[in-house]
Amino acid sequence: MSHQVSLPVHFNKHSNKQFNKLLIANRGEIACRIITTAQRLGIKCVAIYSAADSNALHVKMADEAFYLGPAPATESYLNSQRILTIAQQANVQAIHPGYGFLSENAAFAQACAQQGLIFIGPSVEAITTMGSKSAAKAIMATADVPLIPGYHGKAQDEKTLKQHSLKVGYPQLLKAVYGGGGKGMRIVHHPEEFSQALAATKREAMASFGNDDMLIERYLTKTRHVEIQIFSDNHGNCIYLSQRDCSIQRRHQKILEEAPAPALPLVTQIAMGEAAVAAAQAIDYQGAGTVEFLYDEQGLFYFMEMNTRLQVEHPVTEMITGLDLVEWQLHIANDAPLPLTQTQVKISGHAIEVRIYAEDTEHDFMPASGKITYLSQPNISEHVRIDTGVIEGDEISPYYDPMIAKLIVWDHTRDLAITRLQAALSDYKIAGIKTNIGFLTQLSQVPALQRAALNTDFLLTHAADLVPTPVNINYVLLLAGLALQLQQQSTPQLDVINTPHPAMHNTNQDMNSPWAQTTGWRLNQPAINTVKLTISNNSHHLDIKEDQEQQYSLSFTTLAQGYQVQINDHFHHNNQKQKHKKQQQDHQIHGELDGPQLTAFIDGHRIKATVDISQSQITVFYAARSTVLFRQTTMQKNVLPTSIDTELETKITAPMNGVIVSVLCQVDQVVDAGEPLVVMEAMKMECNINAPVAGTITTVFYQEGDMVEDGAELIQLTPSLILDNKEQA
Amino acid sequence: MAKIGTALNIKHPTFVAKQQAMQALVQQLESNIEQVKQGGGEIAQQRHLARGKMLARERIDALLDPGSPLLELGQFAAWQYYDDAVPAAGVVAGIGRVNGIECMIIANDATVKGGTYYPLTVKKHLRAQEIAERCCLPCIYLVDSGGAFLPRQDEVFPDRDHFGRIFFNQANMSAKGIPQIASVMGLCTAGGAYVPAMADESIIVKQQGTIFLAGPPLVKAATGEEVSAEELGGADVHCKISGVADHYAQDDAHALQLVRQAIANINHLKRPDLTVYPSAPPLFDSLELYGIVGTDLKKQFDVKEVIARIVDNSELDEFKQYYGATLVCGFARIHGYPVGIIANNGVLFSESAQKGAHFIQLCCKRKIPLVFLQNITGFMVGKKYEAEGIAKHGAKMVAAVSCAQVPKFTVIIGGSYGAGNYGMCGRAYDPTLLWIWPNARISVMGGEQAASVLSQVKKDGLARNNKTMTAEEEAEFKAPIVKQYETQGDPYYASARLWDDGIIDPLQTRQVLGLAISAALNAPIADTQFGIFRM
Repeated sequence: MSHQVSLPVHFNKHSNKQFNKLLIANRGEIACRIITTAQRLGIKCVAIYSAADSNALHVKMADEAFYLGPAPATESYLNSQRILTIAQQANVQAIHPGYGFLSENAAFAQACAQQGLIFIGPSVEAITTMGSKSAAKAIMATADVPLIPGYHGKAQDEKTLKQHSLKVGYPQLLKAVYGGGGKGMRIVHHPEEFSQALAATKREAMASFGNDDMLIERYLTKTRHVEIQIFSDNHGNCIYLSQRDCSIQRRHQKILEEAPAPALPLVTQIAMGEAAVAAAQAIDYQGAGTVEFLYDEQGLFYFMEMNTRLQVEHPVTEMITGLDLVEWQLHIANDAPLPLTQTQVKISGHAIEVRIYAEDTEHDFMPASGKITYLSQPNISEHVRIDTGVIEGDEISPYYDPMIAKLIVWDHTRDLAITRLQAALSDYKIAGIKTNIGFLTQLSQVPALQRAALNTDFLLTHAADLVPTPVNINYVLLLAGLALQLQQQSTPQLDVINTPHPAMHNTNQDMNSPWAQTTGWRLNQPAINTVKLTISNNSHHLDIKEDQEQQYSLSFTTLAQGYQVQINDHFHHNNQKQKHKKQQQDHQIHGELDGPQLTAFIDGHRIKATVDISQSQITVFYAARSTVLFRQTTMQKNVLPTSIDTELETKITAPMNGVIVSVLCQVDQVVDAGEPLVVMEAMKMECNINAPVAGTITTVFYQEGDMVEDGAELIQLTPSLILDNKEQA
Repeated sequence: MAKIGTALNIKHPTFVAKQQAMQALVQQLESNIEQVKQGGGEIAQQRHLARGKMLARERIDALLDPGSPLLELGQFAAWQYYDDAVPAAGVVAGIGRVNGIECMIIANDATVKGGTYYPLTVKKHLRAQEIAERCCLPCIYLVDSGGAFLPRQDEVFPDRDHFGRIFFNQANMSAKGIPQIASVMGLCTAGGAYVPAMADESIIVKQQGTIFLAGPPLVKAATGEEVSAEELGGADVHCKISGVADHYAQDDAHALQLVRQAIANINHLKRPDLTVYPSAPPLFDSLELYGIVGTDLKKQFDVKEVIARIVDNSELDEFKQYYGATLVCGFARIHGYPVGIIANNGVLFSESAQKGAHFIQLCCKRKIPLVFLQNITGFMVGKKYEAEGIAKHGAKMVAAVSCAQVPKFTVIIGGSYGAGNYGMCGRAYDPTLLWIWPNARISVMGGEQAASVLSQVKKDGLARNNKTMTAEEEAEFKAPIVKQYETQGDPYYASARLWDDGIIDPLQTRQVLGLAISAALNAPIADTQFGIFRM
């Protein structure tokens, strides 16, 4: 852990509730984050881990670690009974729940208290209240915390509704209480539209739902997500620590957060901060909390919800306040009073956090999982902080949130911070799995972001700015090919791809054999080594249809210095068995490889790149972009059909580990190509598994609720084409 | 070890002239190879590719381990031999690595006369098998051939070393535990059907490969049955019904994958039975070989300068350095492997021959492979030499070469004439592999000498009838003889007839030898038993 937090504050120690051993009921970066602070304060840390995490960083960092159970969260990190047993075994006095998992579970907080353990968080009542949206809103209304104006009353006569319509303000949403699916809903922009809209919506609601009760809510557009970090001690003190803007979200999850919230008038800053404090005090809150608001174009803000825990994005607040919020949590749990008053809170500079996820940004941010074969992070400094729980070689398992790290940058101004962010992202290199680093890099360059023109629809609004720009494919190919050549030259015996079995060197005791050369030597001809690389063209990994692959072959002719490389670009159509030679290009290339660092001269142009070479793929990091190329090798047994009857039946397999949500087909059912057959859920995402071709379902292997592994055969389908042929024959 | 070789003045006009002359021959060699690689030509290749098939050389490239060297054999087989062009005799053969194992690969080129077997195709195929058998190299047959070339059936079918010998070799190699793997990637008709049938394991490509003793036309002629090639002997028939083939391949790439899989399962353990050092390049630039040797065989060069540009570290421990100095014998290493070098530095005298015989005995006893660098006009002639018994001394060397069981490698780097060819392990003495440089010449004697001998015989005959030849008549008599010898002594003439295993660029000699020695070490080195040496 490497974040830089100065410690200007002093807590008064209250020795009667002092604890010196803490269990962290979490995993990943937040567990590491908590351990770092706790250990600095002299508190012994106990980690817990599931079967998937036995080698995880948080387990290594802790003073002790206990095995929880199998990988699924319900059997491990959500298994409160097991965690409490471990707490007893380990003889800890306190539990820090981190965020997610059990952090907002009132029953767990209750159980901790019953076991005499300090739960680092607010009271059970506060958790319960804020856990219920309606209860929370009711309390906030009485505490004068602004709520989205609306009418949810029983009285449904037109006069009452019209009165409330005027009170709510425009534009407003007129909605059937029992509505859904986009029906029974109207946006009303002006009071004079109201009556007509009401009649129409009521008619529609009656026809669709058999009930025409209406509710009215203010329709907010272009809103920002602005939240306030608050802290309350057990002595009635509560302060707020600036704001965070978390408007940039995908799939309702934040990916970029900053503090303080840009372009927020001072008066709003104070009003929002005081509203947040009021919200906390309304429920007699203790510890760290976050009050989330919607901030609209008109400069008004409305209470959304309160999170009764430490937030993922807390580091941006730390970076601008110089405070360690985990330390505050621990001290407050120890009954210490807040060390600062509101006026003592100093804000300095601007911080931005981006969340680096294992995900496929080109396909609806589908979570990715796999092994991180290469990891290189930007240098840590007063400007750059990285909170992470993974190291090179770790697996991102499909069982948990696929966040790899949080990258936090700080500088004196927002513009400078954005520049820091861009630089840090270009130094962040991860191979082996898909990540959103490229996407975040593009995001950091969107002009609207730089102008701080933020809202929660930002990614949709600016989708055009976020379409990946094409890479210089020739350079990427040449860099990958050159790195392979140089690697093979330096370690010809160790070339994994040349070694079908790990023990192969035992079968050939001719250790210095000239046959081990891999330059493609030929008699009376220049040595030509052909490297075949494939780039998958937007292959949706859920699309069972064959990928449109772009295949390249690079012919390396060895020269006195370096190589003459010919790039042949083929579009290979598998079904037609045709190769269209599209183009050929010649380049002169040479270079040096130092680990993954490649210095290359391409036609006299010297460039630097990082190239990670693994058995099946090569990741090229060049010009702040990473590109994955697949090696076509003669070793890949699996890619080729082994059965001679593969054309007769089509296997439909699970694209990832997950749970079957529903099976939409049955045996003997005739389906069309593209028809959804199975719905799977993995990592909170549902996805449809569609029929690759028209045909008849032969077998269904799983039922709803079954866990399936990546690659498991779900459905067997006999394509109708084959059946027709058979019938004709 | 002792360093040999000297730094040469590469700006010396003589050196430059020789170098340029050799360079021209090498360029010719490279352009000739380009021509050979075109196989049956652009149109035939396009037709072949349109069927979804890979070209013979593409198949080999895909079969080999990535970046593996390929030591091709008989590249110039049938070069300008037949009226029709039959490049590489229609079959590509060579040694390459598959799954880390050196294998002999024999691939029919169906773009050349449908891959049919001309007499020299048979000879090349048999030669490749002979090398494989000698070196214990697993054999991989990539079959795509219409079988024997029927118009020349008399030169292809009946004799001992004709078509049938292919299967004889397969059976006997299989018996010796040398794996025989065949992949049927096209036609495999009649006699050819025995290649997969005789193989240890065979693969067939769906809708491409066919195996049958008689094709559809012959079946119709014989029995009236009408049947398609696929129904008669396609992959489905042979993998599902007849069992003639063992593995079913979807396409060429898959078939080659299955060959690799078969090789991965042969349980082959290479155990070189000699000391191996790390390879170290020569101290001198091998490119200087061009300027040292040149192309004029009459110009003597110091063979030690050649050796210095071939062996590891330019180190040679000479044996009997000051005795019989026209034959250089000594121990060296090539790519880390120990070798006994035997090289000509002039005509062979009695002492040289005895020295050579002694040195061969040393190497055989110590199981050190032999490398012959041939540049020899022959044994010394004349009254003095006959009287000192040069015939029996030469015989000792020939006997030693004949019986030596260590791997033997011969490179003809200059002249290869007369009994010198025998003593220096010419083709008849079963070198494991034999190559020729593009500047070399091979014949029973030089053209001039042959013409002189024949003209003397003629003059003697005329003299018996009291006739004579004028100087012009003699010149007219000699000219065609000189020309004939010049033509027949040419390396391309020799290589076309498979008197050697290939013409090689002098620059690649070290690499070729290293690969060949390593390949030969797949077989154990046998004990040598010599016969009677005439003392």
